[in-house]
Order: sequence, then C-alpha cells, then structure tokens
Amino acid sequence: MSWTVALAGNPNTGKTSLFNALTGASQHVGNWPGVTVERKEGRFRSSGAEMTLVDLPGIYSLGAASLDEEIAADFLLRNRPDLAIVVADASNLERSLYLAVQMLEIGTPLVVALNMMDTAAEKGIVIDVEKLSALLGVPVVPTVARRKEGIEALKERVAIALKEKSGPPEQFSLPYGERLTPLFDDLEAFLTERGEFLPGLSPRATAVKFTEGDRVVLAAADAKGFRNGMEDLVAKKGKKIEDELGYDLQTAVIERRWGFVSGVTAEAVQRDLSLKARLSISDRIDRVVTSRSLGLPLFFLVTWAIFRLTYALGDPLVEFLEGFFEVLGEHAGEFLASAGASEIISSFVQDGLVGGLGSVVVFFPHIFILFAFIALLEDSGYMARGAFVMDRVMHLMGLHGKSFIPMLMGFGCNVPSIMATRILEQPRDRMITLLVLPFMSCSARLPVFVLFAGIFFGAHAGTAVFSLYVLGIVVAVLAAKVLGSTLFKGESSQLVMELPPYHVPSFSMVLRHAWERGFLFLQKAGTYILLSVIAVWLLASFPWGVEYGSSESFVGRIGHVLAPFFAPAGFGFWQAAVALFFGFLAKEVVVGTLGALLGAGEAGLAAALPVLFTPLSAYAFLVMVLLYVPCVAVVAAFRRETGSWRWTFFMVAYTTLIGYGGAVLVYQGGKLLGLG
Amino acid sequence: MGLSCGCSNENERVLSSLSIGESGIVSKVTGEAGLKRRILEMGLVPGTQIRVERKAPLNDPVSVWFRGYELSLRVEEANAVLVRSAGCAGCSGGCAR
Repeated sequence: MSWTVALAGNPNTGKTSLFNALTGASQHVGNWPGVTVERKEGRFRSSGAEMTLVDLPGIYSLGAASLDEEIAADFLLRNRPDLAIVVADASNLERSLYLAVQMLEIGTPLVVALNMMDTAAEKGIVIDVEKLSALLGVPVVPTVARRKEGIEALKERVAIALKEKSGPPEQFSLPYGERLTPLFDDLEAFLTERGEFLPGLSPRATAVKFTEGDRVVLAAADAKGFRNGMEDLVAKKGKKIEDELGYDLQTAVIERRWGFVSGVTAEAVQRDLSLKARLSISDRIDRVVTSRSLGLPLFFLVTWAIFRLTYALGDPLVEFLEGFFEVLGEHAGEFLASAGASEIISSFVQDGLVGGLGSVVVFFPHIFILFAFIALLEDSGYMARGAFVMDRVMHLMGLHGKSFIPMLMGFGCNVPSIMATRILEQPRDRMITLLVLPFMSCSARLPVFVLFAGIFFGAHAGTAVFSLYVLGIVVAVLAAKVLGSTLFKGESSQLVMELPPYHVPSFSMVLRHAWERGFLFLQKAGTYILLSVIAVWLLASFPWGVEYGSSESFVGRIGHVLAPFFAPAGFGFWQAAVALFFGFLAKEVVVGTLGALLGAGEAGLAAALPVLFTPLSAYAFLVMVLLYVPCVAVVAAFRRETGSWRWTFFMVAYTTLIGYGGAVLVYQGGKLLGLG
Repeated sequence: MGLSCGCSNENERVLSSLSIGESGIVSKVTGEAGLKRRILEMGLVPGTQIRVERKAPLNDPVSVWFRGYELSLRVEEANAVLVRSAGCAGCSGGCAR
C-alpha cells in the first residue's frame, strides 16, 4: 500500500532538513502545475508501508494570501493527502502551531514533528510533548532534523497513524467562544440541510472559513448559489458581534484561533517566551547588523564579497571547462574526419554538439558557488537582514529588498542571477526582477565595450564604458517602475517578513542546495541552450559549402535583410546584424564575429571598424549590445525559472525593442546635437 | 464591552509611529484585504502585545517583536496596524474578548 503524505511547515523551521532526512536521495524536483513554485517529492518506507512525501511550500498559514499558501491549501483540500506532517519549531512553538491548527480545522490527519528540540533546550524551553499531543489530539514526535534525530520514530508514527486511520477523521473543533459559536451553528445547520458543499470539508469548517472570508470557500459558495443565503445568516448575527468587539468578523475568527494557539502553548510549554525572554545573541548581532550606521555598509560589503568570490573562484574553473570542451571538440572533429566521416558531420559534432555542451557546462561553477553563498545567507538568517536594510531603497525602485542580490550578481553573469531570483517569494517581485535583470551589464558585454571604446573614444574610453553600466542600471530601474505600474499594477508588493534568529548554517545543507541548483540548471536549461547553439550552427553553416557565417550563409542572408532596419541606428550594414545575431550565443562573440567578417581578426579591428562606424554610431551599437536580447543561456534560464514561453517571448521582444529604440535614440539624438 | 475596561480610543496610534523599544497592544488591523489577512494570520491580532524592536537605517521597514518572534513590516504596512499604549494595564487581552 502506498500513501501520500504532505510535509508542511513555516519557513525557518528546518523543514528542508527534515525532508532530506526522511527521503534521503530519493527526491524528484518539479513544478506545481501552472506555476513556477518548485515541487519536491520523495519516498520513504516504514513498517511495510510505502510513503510518497510531497513537500509543500514553506508557509505561515492557509489563508491563501500568497501564491505559496494557495498552492498548499489547494493541495490539502483537493488532493486530500492521506496524512500531513507539520513541522513545528519547538523554540517558537506558538507561531508554528497556527498552521497546524488550521490544517486540523479542514480535517487533515496530522502528525506534528516537533523540530529543533536542541535549539529549544538551549533557550531553556521545555515542552510537555504528551500534553501537547493530548491538547491537539494528534501524535507529536520530537526531532532534530539537522542531526537526523527522531527520524525513525517519526516514520514509525506516520506509518501507525496511516494504518489506524479508518473512516473520516475525528472532527476537530476549536472553541470559538460564546459570540461566534451560535453564528457557526446557524451556518452549519444551513449547510447540513443542503448537502455536501466542498468535497471533504465539513459544514463546520466551511462555516468558519466562510465567516473569515476565505476566498476558496466564498467562490464555492457562489458557484453553488449558497452565498446570499449564508451572507444573510452572517448579517443577522454578525453586526452585533462586530459592534461588541470593535472589529470585524474576519479579525474575530483569526483572533480566536490565535487565542486557542496561545492557550495550548501556555499549557504545553514550561517557559513562556515573554517579551523579555529574547535570545540575546541574535539580538546583539542584530544591533550591529541592522544598525543605522553599519547596516547598509555591512550589507554592501557582504554582497560585494560574494560577488568577488563567486567570480574569482569560478572563473578558473570556467576557463578550464572552456579549454577542455574546445580540445574535446577538436579531437572529436579530427577523429571523425580520420574515420572518414563527412565534413558536415565532423563540423556538426565539433561546433554544434560539443561546442553546445560546453556552453551549457561552463555555467555550472558560477551557479554552484553563488548558490552555496545564497544558502549560507539564507540558512544563517542574514538574508532577511539584508532585505530588511535594503528594502526602502529597492522598494523606491519598484523592487523588493531581496532583489538587490540578483541585481548585483547580474554584473558578473545574468544566468546565476536569474536563478538567484528564487529568493524572492512573491510572484510579482520575482517577475519584475527577472524582467529587468538582463539590463545589468554582465561581464561578457565588457570585452565588446572595451574594444569599441578603446578604438573610438581614446582617452575617454573609461568614461564611455562606465556610462554604459550606468545606462544599464537606469534602464533597469525605469523598466521596473513601468512594469510595476502597468503589467503588475493590480498585484501588491508585500514585505511582512520574519527575521529568524541567527544560527550556524549546516555545511552539508549548503553543498546540497548548491549542487541541486547547478544540476537543475544543466538538466532543464541545458536542453534549450544546446538546441539553440545547434540551430545557430545550422544557420551559419548552410547552404553547405559556404564559409561559416559568411555573407552567403543563411545567417549572412538574414543579416542582409535586417541591415536596413539598423540604418536609423547608424549601423545599417550586414556585418553588424550578423555580429548581433551571433551575440545571442554569448555577447562577447560580437567582437570575434566582427573580426572574422571584416577579415581583420580581432587585432585588425582597430583599423577596420572606423571604416564602418563613427564614434556616434559605435556608441549606438554598444547601447544595442548592452540592452538587446540577453544571450541564449539567460533566455533558457529565464524559461526555466518562469516556466512560461509567453513571458520568455515577451522578455526577448521587449529587451530587443528597448535596445533598438535606445540605439536609434542615441544615434538620431547625437546627430541632432551635431555629434555625428 | 470591548472598550469597557477603561481603554479609550483616543490613544490609538499606528504601529509605525512607535519608537524603538516602545511597547503596545494591537487594537485593530485595517488596510487592503490581502495585507490585512496576512498581518492577522502572522499573529498580529487584537490583544497581542508587541514591541518595536528595530528600524532599518532609513526608518523603513520596522521590526516588531511578538509571540516569541520578530516580524518586519514596511512602514506603509505597519500603518495598517493600530495599537494602544501598553500602559493601559490590567486589560491586556481582556479588551479583545
């Protein structure tokens, strides 16, 4: 017999550690249907029972106030898992129990994993496990997931609970007090009379959720035509209750639920966490880390160090991988040629297949290292502090405090920074950050800037390059503002973020996280990159027999067609169009392509380029290179992170339009000012 | 009955107006539906004792300590939370019920 078990819990409660400890290596990562939130699944067995564990997003409640909560509530209500494990933080029991109580109310059979027992003990908190279990009416198993303690006991308890389960679960009923209870009784009677309402949701639970204005229940009531009848009932008693309390019914329901949670906590916990009982080490760190004078400089220092270290540690590995794939490609090409394969095959293997593989794998080191740092920041608790000190500034730009890290990483390479947007929880903040990230000038654009600036701007080359970086930031901020007030207008941006106590990160968790991200990139984004590289190889090599990427190749012909469009931007010749086309593979390729097409080699460009470009059109060209469609790897990573081709096409189109518009504006504006 | 224990509405203030270290008791949560629900479900319900723990370098966001944990809110979000002064002793929680 195989059972489905859901794993739920607040963020920062060690849920991921528990998931890893329970399922070991048997994990599968996918996405929740239709959305970009990651869905992890694993298996475990105990006492002959086989369990599939579905990891729900880390949430605080089931109110569907965020996408994560919607996913979790939807899964619990519609898929009806056989059981759910709720991870509760023993050192922060009260807050953890709110979610557990909500799950009990909708009739989910529960086992509570009382995690972080070690941290609780350090804080001097003693929990009466049996009393807690009796008060909630569900099994409670103490665990320390990071040290794999209590895992076997938890598995066994889950297996027992599953086997004991027969018929509908016992109705959990929260004491809502003398005011609300009569109202719920009325609604319950109304619903019982009319038969099943929402599959699996008891009339009582439905009554409670209707009163607190749960969107799912309200929608279902509408669909059944019950809404007016129920609203009449609520109106009859509700007004009086609201007047007496001085606040509305939704607040009343949630207040009573918290009241119950506080009561359970007070009875089960030996030491109450009063206002004074604050973990002093965390507080002392925070006095420095979030302070007025040091908060921001420290955050800049940390992120700058991560930026430097990611690329300093990653670059040698990338170089090695690049060299390795180049040699591998050459050998493969030679081998095939000597084995009598046609030139077309050996060229395809060398440039298309091996070259394409190489351009996927080279991203692994940076992604791995960056995510090791991100895991370190998140696991230690510093990430929330960074967002806390940066949020005001970033929010002014239409972004979120946490957007800063991906934006900064974008200066190195857009690919890991696209993946780093995962730290943003809300779809709105995430999408806007994803969409404006490509304007951050990555290091692959720098060789193009440096070469052109050196040739055309002489002593002012440094200023010219710097101005492009600034332009990228300005465009990103403007785009964020515009997107926020147009496409994402209706969606509010929220901070409401926990500042969890600091704790020493687990080394194995950090490595595991980094490996997972790197591997997922290779697996999911790799395919798109490889296919694009092969497509470009085909376009540059055919019709077969022409010189690779020359005027007669398909790419060259496309260049000729496109050239007139670029005339208003000052570079209306086919070589520029082809160079931009190849820039899609990787932006630094623009330089090599121009060198090859002008028959000059990279060294001869200093003489060849001024024939085609004026300083003004050269700058316009650089603006285009800065802003137009990011390279194929970024597009592939974007597709992987958004899970949407629509958004991917939108991103490609809007960046290219902005790049083109920017180039035209610079060229035409410059001419008007007499610079051309 | 809600206000019968001597706490008057007059000293109701928005949470963001409290200074660092100042305590209060939540009396009401207002604001846009999604935000209000989120704040309530995070545990900031009427009767909850809170203390402003810290403010970010630019005074926004603010961080509030309650129910054994620390939550940060933007000033515009903290404006949705009304608090009474904690000096209104003897009725903590009682007012809410």
